[in-house]
Amino acid sequence: MDVLDLSRWQFGITTVYHFLFVPLTIGLSIIVAGLQTAWYRTKKSEYLRLTRFWGRLFLINFAMGVVTGIVQEFQFGMNWSDYSRFVGDVFGAPLAMEGLMAFFLESTFLGLWIFGWDNLSPRLHLATIWLAAIGTNISAYFILAANSWMQHPVGYRINNGRAELTDIWAVLTNSTTLVTFPHVIFGAFLTAGAFVLGISAWFLLRKRDVPLFRTSARLALVVSAVAAIGVSISGHWQAQIMTEQQPMKMAAAEALWEDESAAGFSLFAVGDVENGRNHINLQIPYGLSLLSTNTLDGEVEGINDIQARYQTLYGPGDYRPVVGLAYWSFRLMIGFGLLAALLAAAGLWLTRRGRLPASRWAYRLAIAGIAMPFLANTMGWIFTEMGRQPWTVFGMMRTAAAVSPGADVVSVAITLAGFTLVYAVLAIIEVRLLIKFIRVGPHEEPSPEAAVPALSY
Amino acid sequence: MELTTVWFVLIAVLWTGYFVLEGFDFGVGILLPILGRSEVERRTIVKTIGPVWDGNEVWLLVAGGATFAAFPEWYATLFSGFYLPLFLILLALIARGVALEYRSKSDSTRGWDRAFFWGSLGPAFLWGVAFANMVRGVPLDADHEYTGTLLTLLNPFALLGGLATLLLFTLHGAIFLALRTTGELRLGASRTAKSLAPVTILVVMAFLLGAGGGGRPVWWTAVALVALGLIGALAATLRGRDGWAFTASALAVVAVVAALFCGLWPNVLPALDPANSLTVVNAASTPYTLTVMTWVAAIFTPVVLAYQAWTYWVFRRRLTGPSDVPVGPPDVGLSSLTPADGR
Repeated sequence: MDVLDLSRWQFGITTVYHFLFVPLTIGLSIIVAGLQTAWYRTKKSEYLRLTRFWGRLFLINFAMGVVTGIVQEFQFGMNWSDYSRFVGDVFGAPLAMEGLMAFFLESTFLGLWIFGWDNLSPRLHLATIWLAAIGTNISAYFILAANSWMQHPVGYRINNGRAELTDIWAVLTNSTTLVTFPHVIFGAFLTAGAFVLGISAWFLLRKRDVPLFRTSARLALVVSAVAAIGVSISGHWQAQIMTEQQPMKMAAAEALWEDESAAGFSLFAVGDVENGRNHINLQIPYGLSLLSTNTLDGEVEGINDIQARYQTLYGPGDYRPVVGLAYWSFRLMIGFGLLAALLAAAGLWLTRRGRLPASRWAYRLAIAGIAMPFLANTMGWIFTEMGRQPWTVFGMMRTAAAVSPGADVVSVAITLAGFTLVYAVLAIIEVRLLIKFIRVGPHEEPSPEAAVPALSY
Repeated sequence: MELTTVWFVLIAVLWTGYFVLEGFDFGVGILLPILGRSEVERRTIVKTIGPVWDGNEVWLLVAGGATFAAFPEWYATLFSGFYLPLFLILLALIARGVALEYRSKSDSTRGWDRAFFWGSLGPAFLWGVAFANMVRGVPLDADHEYTGTLLTLLNPFALLGGLATLLLFTLHGAIFLALRTTGELRLGASRTAKSLAPVTILVVMAFLLGAGGGGRPVWWTAVALVALGLIGALAATLRGRDGWAFTASALAVVAVVAALFCGLWPNVLPALDPANSLTVVNAASTPYTLTVMTWVAAIFTPVVLAYQAWTYWVFRRRLTGPSDVPVGPPDVGLSSLTPADGR
């Protein structure tokens, strides 16, 4: 492997790993803030216990998101210096805004929340978790604006061999950002919903703190169901925008080789990349045209035709991503997402009007369901990033031209091995800690009167 | 003022914020095994920075992001050129971040304390190495690519820089601990500060004079303030005036960063062949980007400063040991309100 391959693996591993924690942080921060609001409003101790319990798990997860996020920011300069030189004028702005507007907010107010139970009035303390949660969500917006610019560059011109920002507003309101942000945020809520549901099921299965976790499970199911609807609708918008802006990615996602009107949505295909065709292709008729263009007979471009057009446009070269990877990651993303959605729908039915399912399998499925959104998120990012290849900035800069020219194989191999090893160790520690604190369960909390902080200074 | 100058100053400010704030965090981590003899003491030490360390670290992220936005060439050359030292810094920051968050949640704290110590010592030293190289100049080619190796960066002057920041942050951390604790812990921290201060003054001054500043008056002022701050910190510690000592050592850190950036100007990363140097002009983003970012910074920096200052106000009370850090099974890190777990 050369520097390019190693750098790509490093970016992929760091990003996928970082994004295991991020969606849970985004979704869980709002859930915890919501629970604390319920406690603040009603003063019912069960809400305090839930706030504390989910808050603990939230913090364990948050720490991992923070430390992997630093690597994420540094590696643009470390491994992709030519990329950074080329795009810094545009891409740096949302990144710096993210730091200034979101990271400070998130980290400072979370510190206040963790340690401020006794020092702040309940109202102010409640505000700190909301501010931290808002910071987390704002941060997602800016980083997605930066990523969307790589998918669909806007508000720039090429000058002096680099991309220069001409319209920050265009970058921040990029159509790609506007559909990606809700998709990612709803995905994050689906993740947090499945997490809360699965762990609640674990307690309900053991008949521990049943009233408490019945509340949690119901909340999680509602969050999941709403998120599942949101993620599908925004995903549909995204597919339409993608068809228009990155037709090659959509064609690869569908293993659609030739331009086609009334194209079917492929369910299972065995492709022949060499000859640009499929051996087997099981389809839902009209599905793809409907998904991409909202009409049954809309024209969808195919890989071979786009490749030919791109050669005229960008010069000789292979403009196809790894078709098999794009095809399967897209399908798996949708598949895992659908499983999470089905679980939420079934769960809502089974728990209607305060019921709890009798079958132990219902609980076991909910526990296994925790994995579904995590897998869907991972597949989604692999699809969107790998599907953009060979470009790092679509239509402008190829990934091969983005890598640090000065980097040597040994250094990059060392850092790749080092980070991967550390990530693996940390994953084990994090999961063990989560399990430990889940087993401990929610604590008894003092009555609300006692929780009013004394004026100690 | 030119926008490039504004951004040069702003990035200096961000590094200043980072070193003043995370500087004492590093010092606290380095002093943990030395001052914390019992678990209660160690918990108290960690708790002095518990609420604030993450917010302090964000200064680094914003400094990185701001450099990317305002001086992309600087960001690209610096980060790709200082590849392995930055890798070590990242590993250290991961280790200490996780250690700080997970320490109170684990049954055994020994491993975390070790991670916290090394994760603090490493960056405290390596940032000095990086800044020494940055002010001294590094081999760059005409494309502004770094052409040296890891060993180029580990020259004697850079090691002196590393030692200077290591001592400075340790001293700053000792003074911070003296300010935030009581009893034995406070006495121990003061003693450490007193014994560290003289050698810190010598090494830091040697480093700054070696780095040079082109004889600019503003540079001399900064160097004089470093000396004043460090001597003041020692004098105030000797008199038991912890608040003044911390103010003085914070001033010294501010002045160190100021002196380094004064020495750097108008370069952002000088090359051994001056023709290839990165300057505030050739490394900068377009005036449009700088204008946009100036507005963002002008609005949000004061807001950030206000709420971070408020955090320090909220947690201003000295930690007195056992009553602040309940002993027993792992604390869940939420508060002392929660009774210890009945695991």
